[in-house]
Amino acid sequence: MRDVLAHLRAKRENLKVRAAVVEGIRRFFAGRGYLEVSTPVRIPAPAPEPHIDAIPSHGWFLQTSPEIAMKRLLAAGYGRIFQVCPCFRLDERGSRHLSEFTLLEWYADGADYRDMMAECEDLVLFVSRHLGRGDRIDFRGQPIDLAGPWERITVDEAFRKYAGRTAEEALRTGSFDEDIAFSVEPALRKDRPVILYDYPASQASLARLKETDPSVAERFECYISGMELANAFTELTDPAEQRERFVRDREERKRAGKTDYPLPESFLEELRRMPPSSGVALGVDRLVMLFTGAASIDDVVPFTPEIL
Amino acid sequence: MYNASDLRKNLKIQIDGDPYVIVDFQFVKPGKGQALYRCRLRNMLTGSQFDRTFRSVDTFEPADLQEKKMQYLYQEGDKFVFMDVATFEQVYLTEEQVGDARNFLIDNLEVDILFFGTRPIGTTPPKFIDLRVTEAAPWVKGDTATTDYKPAILETGYQVQVPPFVEVGDKIRIDTRTGDYLTRVKD
Repeated sequence: MRDVLAHLRAKRENLKVRAAVVEGIRRFFAGRGYLEVSTPVRIPAPAPEPHIDAIPSHGWFLQTSPEIAMKRLLAAGYGRIFQVCPCFRLDERGSRHLSEFTLLEWYADGADYRDMMAECEDLVLFVSRHLGRGDRIDFRGQPIDLAGPWERITVDEAFRKYAGRTAEEALRTGSFDEDIAFSVEPALRKDRPVILYDYPASQASLARLKETDPSVAERFECYISGMELANAFTELTDPAEQRERFVRDREERKRAGKTDYPLPESFLEELRRMPPSSGVALGVDRLVMLFTGAASIDDVVPFTPEIL
Repeated sequence: MYNASDLRKNLKIQIDGDPYVIVDFQFVKPGKGQALYRCRLRNMLTGSQFDRTFRSVDTFEPADLQEKKMQYLYQEGDKFVFMDVATFEQVYLTEEQVGDARNFLIDNLEVDILFFGTRPIGTTPPKFIDLRVTEAAPWVKGDTATTDYKPAILETGYQVQVPPFVEVGDKIRIDTRTGDYLTRVKD
């Protein structure tokens, strides 16, 4: 990068869209009675997810998501909350990944993942209209109709259709992630957003299992133009089961030679007070990519680590 | 030793005893899943390419590659001969190994020779090189209307597009990375 200042100036239009997207998000949630909260970025104990690594910070860690703290607020009776905040994940860098990125996370008590699917649809459409873009947008030459309901397809159905095997087979042979990334994602329709739902139980450490089929968890992901935008659960509220899953995840981390995190004990203690809830985490940078037609996440943030 | 997180475009690694260069690289991480590092690799000995996906647990040997300054001497059949001016040691590269660099090879030119272990496998010419024009359409003086570039042939046989005022006998500077004309230079 020979001229960093010119490079920064060239991003101005995208950064204006970014500011408007965040403003649209705030208006959307304010209109629905959500309280905006700010929980600490630096925390003692992130959720021990097997494949999400936290950046250490003087004995504690930078949050990989605000999930643990926000759920403690739910346990305290906050009901509906949202937050737009920086999150940090070690060694994640690619055209859709930055080690420091911006996450929107929101939770609603009394809701389940089906309610949140509808709320995701409403939010993205609201933001599009807030930007003056309407229900149909163009993403890098691909027209996309954002109006809901979006296409819904179960993970197992998607695997059978696009990966040529069941999700269970993929898990058994260890190809689940490769299949999702290289067979399923590229095959999803691009002219409308798609919701993949009902993930295998092992793929959702903090989600409630489906009552009618406990082999899957009430988890969904939104894809727009093949880009993963949001992840959501009907939240697990059983402290004993949550502890068991965390212990299992921790073992998996240890086996893989990864940093061991202490269990988030206060969270586990308070979880029994958390009402039935559902929550969504949405990548704000990627949402901005969608509305700017950016090919890379680099184009929607002022600074990437390489030019700092 | 490299980790998967070190993988990036142009990194050179060794797999099954052969040196590979990563010509295309994509970091993918689905949902809560593991990081996947999809690489297009080119075998630096055979030129063949293939795609391979690595995971964060994978580690890699750096390719045992070294560059050495040597002087280009001459072409002998389909072999190009280079010499270490300090030791007078000579090495040979095939036309294939020399690749596009042959467009810029003039006698006594100092180039970088790439070695895999002790074996020479390629060469990189200097970034800029001055070459004499041996063939070009004459410049019609006073014809200021024409700004179109025209083809010219240089002393190495390389054909390049040049501005209308460049004539036979002129020396011009070429950017060897793009192969493009840069400027006319004084002798």
